[in-house]
Amino acid sequence: MKRWGLAAGILLTVLLALFPFYWATNGALQPTDRLFAIPADYFPVPASLDSFRSVLSDASFIKALRNSFIVASGATAISLFLGALAAYALGRLRVRGRTFLLGIVLTMTMFPQISVLGALYETLVRLELYNRRAGLMLSYLVFLLPLTIWILTQFMRSFPIELEESAYLDGAGPLRIFVFIVLPLLAPAMATTALLAFIAAWNEYLFALAFTITDQARTVPVAIASFSGDQLHQTPWGSIMAASVFVTLPVVALVLALERWIVSGLTAGAVKS
Amino acid sequence: MSTSSVTIFARTFILTLAVTGLFFVAACGDPGSENGSDGDQSVTLRVAVDPVAKAREINEILAAEFTERTGIGVEFVIGPSSADERLTQYLQFLGARSSDLDVYQIDVTWPGMLAPHFVDLGSAFEAETAEHLGELVENNTVGGRLVAMPWFADAGMLYVRTDLLNAYGYENAPRTWNELERMAETIQAGERAKGNADFWGFVWQGRAYEGLTCNALEWQVSHGGGNFAQRDGRVAVDNDATQRAMERARDWIGTISPPGVTSYQEEEARVLFQNGNAAFMRNWPYAYPLAQAEDSSVRNRFTIAPLPHEEGPSAATLGGWQLAVSAYSEHRNEAMELVRALTSAAAQQRRFIQAGLIPTRPAVLQAPEVGEAVPYAGQLSEVLATAVARPSTATGDRYNEVSTAYFSAVHGVLTGNREADEALGDLETKLKAILGR
Amino acid sequence: MKLDRSALASRHQKLAWALLAPTLIVFLIVAAYPLVRTFAVSLTDARLAGLSEAGFVGLANYRELAGDRGFREALLNTVGFTLISVSLELGLGFALALLLHQKFRGRGWLRAVALVPWALPTVVAARLWSFMLVDTYGVINDLLVTRLGLFDEKIAWLSRPGWAMASVIAADAWKTTPFAALLILAGLQLIPEELHEAARVDGAGPLQRLRWIIFPAVLPAVLVALIFRTLDAIRVFDVVWVMTGGALGTEVLATFNYRQMIAFQRFGYGSTVSVAIFVLVAVFLVIYARLFRLGEES
Repeated sequence: MKRWGLAAGILLTVLLALFPFYWATNGALQPTDRLFAIPADYFPVPASLDSFRSVLSDASFIKALRNSFIVASGATAISLFLGALAAYALGRLRVRGRTFLLGIVLTMTMFPQISVLGALYETLVRLELYNRRAGLMLSYLVFLLPLTIWILTQFMRSFPIELEESAYLDGAGPLRIFVFIVLPLLAPAMATTALLAFIAAWNEYLFALAFTITDQARTVPVAIASFSGDQLHQTPWGSIMAASVFVTLPVVALVLALERWIVSGLTAGAVKS
Repeated sequence: MSTSSVTIFARTFILTLAVTGLFFVAACGDPGSENGSDGDQSVTLRVAVDPVAKAREINEILAAEFTERTGIGVEFVIGPSSADERLTQYLQFLGARSSDLDVYQIDVTWPGMLAPHFVDLGSAFEAETAEHLGELVENNTVGGRLVAMPWFADAGMLYVRTDLLNAYGYENAPRTWNELERMAETIQAGERAKGNADFWGFVWQGRAYEGLTCNALEWQVSHGGGNFAQRDGRVAVDNDATQRAMERARDWIGTISPPGVTSYQEEEARVLFQNGNAAFMRNWPYAYPLAQAEDSSVRNRFTIAPLPHEEGPSAATLGGWQLAVSAYSEHRNEAMELVRALTSAAAQQRRFIQAGLIPTRPAVLQAPEVGEAVPYAGQLSEVLATAVARPSTATGDRYNEVSTAYFSAVHGVLTGNREADEALGDLETKLKAILGR
Repeated sequence: MKLDRSALASRHQKLAWALLAPTLIVFLIVAAYPLVRTFAVSLTDARLAGLSEAGFVGLANYRELAGDRGFREALLNTVGFTLISVSLELGLGFALALLLHQKFRGRGWLRAVALVPWALPTVVAARLWSFMLVDTYGVINDLLVTRLGLFDEKIAWLSRPGWAMASVIAADAWKTTPFAALLILAGLQLIPEELHEAARVDGAGPLQRLRWIIFPAVLPAVLVALIFRTLDAIRVFDVVWVMTGGALGTEVLATFNYRQMIAFQRFGYGSTVSVAIFVLVAVFLVIYARLFRLGEES
């Protein structure tokens, strides 16, 4: 009974999660006139690799992929690092005004992005970080830091404190405890947070549109938005769909890589000892 | 053995700085971005344009020729394909008085809104303005200042399946809306009987966006209702003619137009027509070369015509793009020369023949060699003669509010959420309030 | 050796502030100015292109907002959207997390597959859904009407008031459920296997284990998912803008804000709307705090 439930769940997940993506791939492989056929054409036979070819041969799209990778990795790393530090402070060490601080951190991301655009633009220009990947990374901290801090703080709270107390008794300083005991325990949470932060940064559009202007810093979502057909008003469906396939692959690879960190049992042995 | 708190603080702080700094250093491996000039005489102008592929090709060629002739460099800055998003970008630059961009490609509805940021081209271009479409020049003149030169035009028109007209015994494209309705009904019924259950008579843009303002303006003017806002501040929507126009359009939905038409933009209508699933389509000229392409189902089986009318004149909403010189540019004169070159008769002719971008100079469109290269140039002239501009310049920086109120009201009527007389009455009050503010 | 808690505590305080310093610095640089400025501009009649000519108008914008029917509609739509979509995402996310927690071969692949919707850029996903939902040639109607015959007529999903909102919610839930699922999964992974074993030995059935072991353990993760999904739902923009443009009862606060601020260039009034959004988020957060007793120490 349980096995049937499991199988059904797996099938349903695959179908629901992948159907739109399959449809995009189908669209990318179809010749243009078959994209809008009535009734719909489910099998791209004969397949046309034109869309994929045109996207891959677009130098600025490749640059955008590289930029996205740098910006997303950088922003994720910084926000993870700062987040872990802050989470340790807020989750473990008794800080006065902890709730207030958590709230302040959250206010960074409570305004709709469009409202903070103008002011952030001014700040970046003043710091001479406009149209640079570092500037984009900095602006992404606005929504990444609250995410990492909150996730890691919450997970930190759910650890038993005995581990650290016994380490104090053994004479270890707080930093050693942080690096050698807390961080390893946080591994599942860190992996999860890294994934979520990376994807959020990878897909971010509005800030990337506002704070970059040439392809030296332009990221993938903006590049896709500037895809255009031959004619005004025309939407290059094939290219957009092919690009979406490319955009998703690095993320899937990242998930597969980080996935083994999101495993259970990491705490089990530690608690016993 | 505990270390002092100062040491801890210091260690942490340094560690943080080090790690963060590393990332910034890695990221700052960006090449310097500044505008071409390294203190020598060469100037590079930056022009913000749309990303349309065919336009980019011909633009690069024209720019290269300009650079060779004048020594002034040109760099095109490609924006997102959505006009809304380009506007957001422009507002950001102009609001910050940035000198990063020298020339802006602006939509026909933006002069009123962006006028203060652009240089007055009136005196420099006095000779040329007479050669362009009067409607466009007037549209681009705000408070006596010519803030942009017309670059290429767009106008709404009727696409007609000539093969179906013949099959069902019709001679000409419909002249009146009543005719169009009758023809669409007959053809639709006939095609469906033949097995194409998804065939529709008439497709257009009914989504709640600027495109609906264009469609609705055409209905309103062609029924004798006039333009919904005038230069002298008059507002005209609450009249019988407009009401009849809106109700007529509403009655098309579900009968000769698909119910989803109220969520269609240009592309949805085009692909339906191009795949042979519609008899008539209202769209911009861009669809012509696409529908005439090798892989199109309707190649050589359609034509274009001015939109039908009823009591009023045929009307084609004017679209198109203009070139404006930024008031914050550090190279104004050079920028104006570039604008002159790009909007010249020769440039417009080449842009039309190579990329289908319609000239704003009637003489170019009517030139014999152009007619030979592009067979439908004559029909385009006919359509452009019925051009009607949206009241964007008349309403200045309130245009978006006015247009949003307009298309929201029309959309409400089309989707059956509101009665036409009530919606139009409310709309008139609202428009007066907006313009009076 | 006894643990000297008071000395430890004061040292901890200093250390804590040292660790928080970088974050607070970033906050000051990147966030403080925009936040303060939005509040300040909401008290003026500033227009987008001429910030320097703005005039102070006190609370006039707020008064206008209170009487703005469009704002009220957007507010109601946003609250409705938030309640429905967040419940959906958390519920489905929890179920998905449970599934991904089970041990089976290819689990890693399924986790990657489940994350694909979240991995797609929002605008691309929204356009994809719009494309699938077109009444005439969209694949959804093709499946439901032409292939499976579940309906007689093709449905114009994005042209009817109720269906339009439902479509937007479906697209949003599709995209963001993996976010909640992943968070909850991480929470599930922290439950030691021994606990489950001990409970089973004691005779506890799966539902009891769910209630007494799983729920309490994933509560922190659920809370984070709840907070951030609520934040995003209240500020939802792309899905709505791309799929319907805010028509047919789908106008939400973020689209209303964009219209006022950018399209209408009413920077002052738009900032007022932004403040209203901020307040709405704060209200939800306070409610959550009460519900989850956030203030208490662990």
